[in-house]
Formats: sequence, C-alpha cells, structure tokens
Amino acid sequence: MDEYALIMRHEDGLKVASPEQLQEWMQQTREWIGRISAQNKFVSGTGLPFADAKVVHSDHTVTNGPFGDIKETIGGFIIVQADSVEEAVEFAKGSPVLQGQGNSMEVRKVSKRN
Amino acid sequence: MDKEELIPHLFRNEFRKIIAVLCKAFGIEHISLAEDIAGETFLSALETWPYRGIPENPVAWLYAVAKNKARNQLIRQKIFKEKVAPQIRSGSEIEPETELDLSEKNITDSQLQMLFAVCHPAIPVEAQIGLALRILCGFGIEEIAHAFLTNKETINKRLFRAREKLRQENIPIEFPGKEEMKARLYAVLTTLYLLFNEGYYSESQDSILREDLCLESMRLTRLLIDFEKTDLPEVNALLSLMCFHASRFPARKDANGEIILYDDQDESLWDQELIKQGAYYLRRSAKGERISKYHLEAHIAYWHTIKTDSHEKWENILQLYNQLLQLSYSPVAALNRTYALAKANGPEEAIREAEKLGLTDNHFYYVLLGELYRGFDQEKAIVHFKKAVSLARTQTDRNTILKKLESLVIRK
Repeated sequence: MDEYALIMRHEDGLKVASPEQLQEWMQQTREWIGRISAQNKFVSGTGLPFADAKVVHSDHTVTNGPFGDIKETIGGFIIVQADSVEEAVEFAKGSPVLQGQGNSMEVRKVSKRN
Repeated sequence: MDKEELIPHLFRNEFRKIIAVLCKAFGIEHISLAEDIAGETFLSALETWPYRGIPENPVAWLYAVAKNKARNQLIRQKIFKEKVAPQIRSGSEIEPETELDLSEKNITDSQLQMLFAVCHPAIPVEAQIGLALRILCGFGIEEIAHAFLTNKETINKRLFRAREKLRQENIPIEFPGKEEMKARLYAVLTTLYLLFNEGYYSESQDSILREDLCLESMRLTRLLIDFEKTDLPEVNALLSLMCFHASRFPARKDANGEIILYDDQDESLWDQELIKQGAYYLRRSAKGERISKYHLEAHIAYWHTIKTDSHEKWENILQLYNQLLQLSYSPVAALNRTYALAKANGPEEAIREAEKLGLTDNHFYYVLLGELYRGFDQEKAIVHFKKAVSLARTQTDRNTILKKLESLVIRK
C-alpha cells in the first residue's frame, strides 16, 4: 500500500469566509477525515492557515503571501494510504474544499522512505 | 465486620501493600520471596487467630508478623552470605541492614512504584496484567485463571516468566524520571485500561470477579490521581471513562446472568453516584494541550449516560469517533462510528460507509449491517445476522445475535 498526499488548493487565499461558513467547512472536513479514518487509511494531516503566511524567495527576500503573485494557495493537506492512485482520487473527491468554485485537490504519491 | 469476612477482607487490602513494601525493601529480584512472606503472614493469621482470638489491631499485627518474617529471612541471608556464599558465589543478596519502613507514605509510594515496575515496557502486556492482578490487587492464581478463562498452570507459567523478566531487566522499583515519566505512564495507563476491559468484557460467568477486576483497575487509577506527579489530564480522563462504564454494572445483566444490551437496559438501575464521579474526573481532565484517546472515549461514555436519543447526542458521538479514529484506529471504533453515523444521518449513508470498512471476518461487522438493514430490509438484515452467528466466537455472542434474529423472524 502506498501513501498519497491529498493537497487542498484554494483558488483565492485572500477571500474571507464568515465564521459560520468556516465552522461548517471545519465540520465537513472532520467528517471527510472521519470517513477515511474509519477505513484505517488516514495517516496524518494538517491545515495550513493563511494568516502570517510568508514566501522566502531565492534572494532571501520575504514577502507576504503567496497571494498576489500566484493566485492559488494551499490550505492544507492530508496523507492517506491507498492501494492505487484511483483510490486516493476517490478519497480526494470527498473533500469539502471542492465545493468552492475554482478550488481543486492535488493527489501526489509520497516517496517511500527507506 | 463479620469474623468470617475479616481475613479475606484484610487479605484483599493488605496483601498487596505488604508485597509492595517488601519488594521495595528487597529489590525486584526478590519478588517471589516477597510474595512468599506476604502469603506466610496470612497463613499465620489463619492459624493463630481462631485460637488466640483476633488481635486488637489486625492490620498492625499483620505488619509486625511480616516484619519479623522478613527479618528472619534477612538473618538467614546474612548467614548464607557470610558462611556459604563465598564458596558458591551466588547472585545478589538482600542488604541485611534493610529495615522495613511501614509509614503510610512508604506503603503508598511502594505500591505506585510497583505499578510502574510491573507495567515496564520490557514485560509482555498479558504478563503485566497477570502480575498487576497478583502483586497489586492481591488476586489468587485461581481467580486470575478464571478471569482469563484459562487454567492455573498457564497463569503460573506466565507469572513465572514475567518475574524472570523483571529480574533479568533489573527493573528498579522507583518513580521514573521526569523525561521518562510520560512514556512510562502511557504504558501504565494502557495496562489499567486493559485490566478494566478484561473485567468489563470478560467471558467469565463469575460476575463478582469481573466487577472486582474493574473496581481494582479503578482503585489503581485513583492511586495515580492521588499522587501529584501522576495527577495528569489523561489519567483523570481514564478514570472518568471507567466510572461512566462501571455505572451500568447493575443494569447489564438479567436474573439469569445474560447480558442486557444498552438499548434494553433499565436506566433507573444506572449508578448515579458513579456517573457523578465520572463527570467530576472528566472536568478535571479538561486541562493541558493534548487530547488523549481516553479523553475522547470518556466523552463518548459521557454521552452514553444520557439514554434519550437526540440528534445532538449522536452528532457529538460521531465527531468524537472521527477524532478517536484519527488518533488510534481500531475495528471496534470504526464499527461504533458507523453506528453513530446511522443514528445521526440515517441508515442509508451508514450502509454505504459500512461497506467500505472491509471487516468481513468480524462478526460485529455483520451485526452492525443487520442492525442498519433491520428498519427497512428485513431479508438483508436476516442474512447479515446469520452470517454474524456463523462468525461469532463465543456462546454469549451467539446467543445475543440469535435473540436479534428471533425478534426479526417473529415480526416478519
């Protein structure tokens, strides 16, 4: 069984959601992870809050971001176990992030540590 | 107290204390000697009290006798050491100047330190539970054998190997250092949790014995809470969980000793005092930064002390199971989560989820599917319950499932 990172990509990290909306997303995210955990396929994961996000550039300059230059922002990721990339994709389809227009989920295989 | 009951009562309460103090004084490698002296002390009581009458202070009498026996043993060891040992080079001896400290504090500390020694990660968990029952709870070999549904020989062998291991690893009887405490406490809590479960879910027909297992594990957990260094949030959470579960003891069995399932229990029989205590320790557990699985299980157990179904109840239980599964997966938690899902969001969604669990060798999986289908597809419910019966491993489980099956067939 391989591990896959399911990366939550938000179209616009600057968009501010209402506390109620956030609450509902959190709840849906917990349910989504709960479904995966119940199959013993959840490995780990974390949210990546947009507040205080910085980008360090190759010349060591630091900017707030990554908003502005690139529109898309990573909101978090989870790592799951799956027999195939297709199964990982099925898990990704359940993510509440996809309810947002323009948002997407990226599925990436985690390289094996030896 | 009745004369007849006095010695068993003292045995239950004092045997473990005497062993702990002796072990602490002699060192873990002399654990068998400590057990022997504690055993002989009670034998002396059994032999002399009926003739000379019960001493004024029976507990003090026991300690005095144990002290004498220990001293005699030390003198014998000393002679051995000086006269015999130089020729044969034996292993470690007990320091002859060892004086037994029988202060309240040393008795408590010794028990706690023994708890840490017995639950050392080097000892296999099954042996830890056996040793804990013998050394820390004063259970007889026969009782332990009953609880594990096995025979005395098996338990004796298991305990022998565990004692050997304690000796080989030279595990000290002391409190772990600050850095080590967390990991060691984790092992202690795991053993106490298993000890409780052994009592709660044991197949043994002896319900008094099973409740004793639970009460003993609660007593040991409380011992940890009474000690400042181990009065930590997750210890409180564990005791809270135990109190909530134990509150249902009076309602869990019918007159014939058959298990009564949660839904069919008479909640007026639930022990309100224990529920209150559970809530008290749950509040005390709500500190610190880390949520342990005991916190989550205690909260789930709390919601189960409210018998009335509500969306709020099941929604909360569902979320708690979601968190619990992330922290530590177990098939039982996965099945319970799916049940909570059915209660919160309806059986159709739960069936879809259940089919992804892949627990097809687990009879509870088919019990769950049977339960989920029973509301609207009797045929399928019956198929699943039948499958569950064929997979069930114990007669008690088979009987419980057969009852469900019967009620379906009759209603049809």
